[in-house]
Amino acid sequence: MISNQSIAPVYKFTWNITDTLVIARRNILRFVRLPQLLIFSTIQPVMLLLLFTYVFGGAISAGGFKYIQFLLPGFLVQIVVFGSSQTSVGLAEDLSRGMIDRFRSLPMARAAVLAGRTLADTLRYTFLVLLMIGVGSIIGFRFQNGAPFAIAAAMLAVLFGFAFTWLSAFIGMSVKDVETAQVAGFVWIFPIVFASSMFVPVDTMPGWLQAFAKINPVTVTVDTVRALSLGGEVLTPLWKCMAWIGGILVIFLPLAVRRYRHIP
Amino acid sequence: MAGEARTAESASSQGGAAISAEGLRKTFGKIKALDGIDLAVSPGTIMALLGPNGAGKTTFVRILTTLLSPDAGQARVMGYDVVRNAAAVRNLIGLAGQYPAVDENLTGRENLEMVGQLYHLGSSEARKRASELLESFGLTDAARRRVKTYSGGMRRRLDLAASLVARPPVLFLDEPTAGLDPRSRLGLWEVIDNLVKQGTTVFLTTQYLEEADRLAHNIAVLDNGRIIEQGTAQYLKECCGGDVLIQLRVADRAQTALAAELLGTLGGDGKVRSTPETGEVSIPVVGGPSMLAEVVRRLDAGGIALSDLALTQPTLDDVFLSLTGRTVEASEETAAQAEGGHRRKRNERAVK
Repeated sequence: MISNQSIAPVYKFTWNITDTLVIARRNILRFVRLPQLLIFSTIQPVMLLLLFTYVFGGAISAGGFKYIQFLLPGFLVQIVVFGSSQTSVGLAEDLSRGMIDRFRSLPMARAAVLAGRTLADTLRYTFLVLLMIGVGSIIGFRFQNGAPFAIAAAMLAVLFGFAFTWLSAFIGMSVKDVETAQVAGFVWIFPIVFASSMFVPVDTMPGWLQAFAKINPVTVTVDTVRALSLGGEVLTPLWKCMAWIGGILVIFLPLAVRRYRHIP
Repeated sequence: MAGEARTAESASSQGGAAISAEGLRKTFGKIKALDGIDLAVSPGTIMALLGPNGAGKTTFVRILTTLLSPDAGQARVMGYDVVRNAAAVRNLIGLAGQYPAVDENLTGRENLEMVGQLYHLGSSEARKRASELLESFGLTDAARRRVKTYSGGMRRRLDLAASLVARPPVLFLDEPTAGLDPRSRLGLWEVIDNLVKQGTTVFLTTQYLEEADRLAHNIAVLDNGRIIEQGTAQYLKECCGGDVLIQLRVADRAQTALAAELLGTLGGDGKVRSTPETGEVSIPVVGGPSMLAEVVRRLDAGGIALSDLALTQPTLDDVFLSLTGRTVEASEETAAQAEGGHRRKRNERAVK
């Protein structure tokens, strides 16, 4: 019977796409089917947005805008950066439960497990970004620059999240247990999120911190999203932001895939 | 029913082997996980790799299933090199690992359909195949439930079903019955038997001689990364002196050594084991039941009273002791010491 075994083709380019979609679907189902995950990952940022707006909003005067105008563009970036830590947690979970072994023993496209994961996470960011814009609008946020720039602002936040998802994927493939993945995420996320122009203008910080905050990828992205949303100089922060996004992808996408192929 | 018809096929015909390894080596840091493995499995047979924890069984399976690259040596599945033709190998194999690799948040059916799609069966064929497998593994009623609600045995069956989605000609099972209750274990053995009847080549690892004996045509015994003996179950049992083990306990522990001496000539070249602390003596013999009377006669003549007497099957412990002179426990300890942190991590995984 073995001689009758027809050997299936070993590789087709389209598998990169179809396999990625199969894995993305699986990861989205997980998100949809775990209500606590959906609730916490949506209620928490909504709550934070309200707290920041009403608790700190009065004390922080930022560039003469109402604080919500200043805060929301930054919040869109914050939510995708924090959200990206879920990628490493999910992958570490798959690794520890043997799912990654199973996938790696299948004749599927070698990039699909990570690409499917990052695709699903990017869709999640899109949902979160739209939700934040919705809630923000209810409490007084208004785009000042017209619909095309507003759409560009939202897309840039999602794209930034996509880049960080690959960084997070690399971490997830490197640590191998869920708890470490969780902790590892916060070690790098907190400094870059808070030492940025997200919540307060950078020029209110001490000099040494300004130096870090000014080159921080979160700052340049927040500045770009803010300029797209509210008006102002777009091109300068945009090219810096694009350089960061490109740089992160060029480094961490191949690293993550390499990790996947050669798990020790 | 391991079957008289099942004659062990010689491993000499390497060329036509479904699975073969030559000089396979793998080192993790200072630990020699595999220290030069040569092995061949004929198509349509079951090979069991028998060994204690930490012997290198999982490492060997991971190399053959393309999950890990060897440091030296070669391995082939159906003639395809597992390193250079890894993609072709993945088309020909099914793998069920030590822990069920199924997605808890998907239903049983969704798990199988996903695997079918990743084998590129096409979605209607993947659906059809999922239904067939759910049916034959008794999971049809649970098909629409999320795996989260499944029992351990159900997960294991679903995992095995997933490894069979593409009807692979070669199947790898890493400790397939570990942690299963006796009934589920019997059910799984039957499934494996049927697969081999249909022509599948099966490679499985186990810690139980009984399981290897029940299922496999050939057994290889692995210890610290080396194959120390290979052959049929019958042959291995003969290695340790008999196919049956007589175990007894003397009433007066002081007489343990005397009992061992009286029975010493019974087992032919088999080794008599005695534990003075507990008064236990065990002797491997050929043609067990008829020997039982002889044991009683000799001890009676020697004035030794018994508190317990039983006929049992030799286990991995007995084979291991006669092959290596060490107990399974001692070997596991050596492996654990060498492995240190590695092993601890794996145990944590097992707990989850």
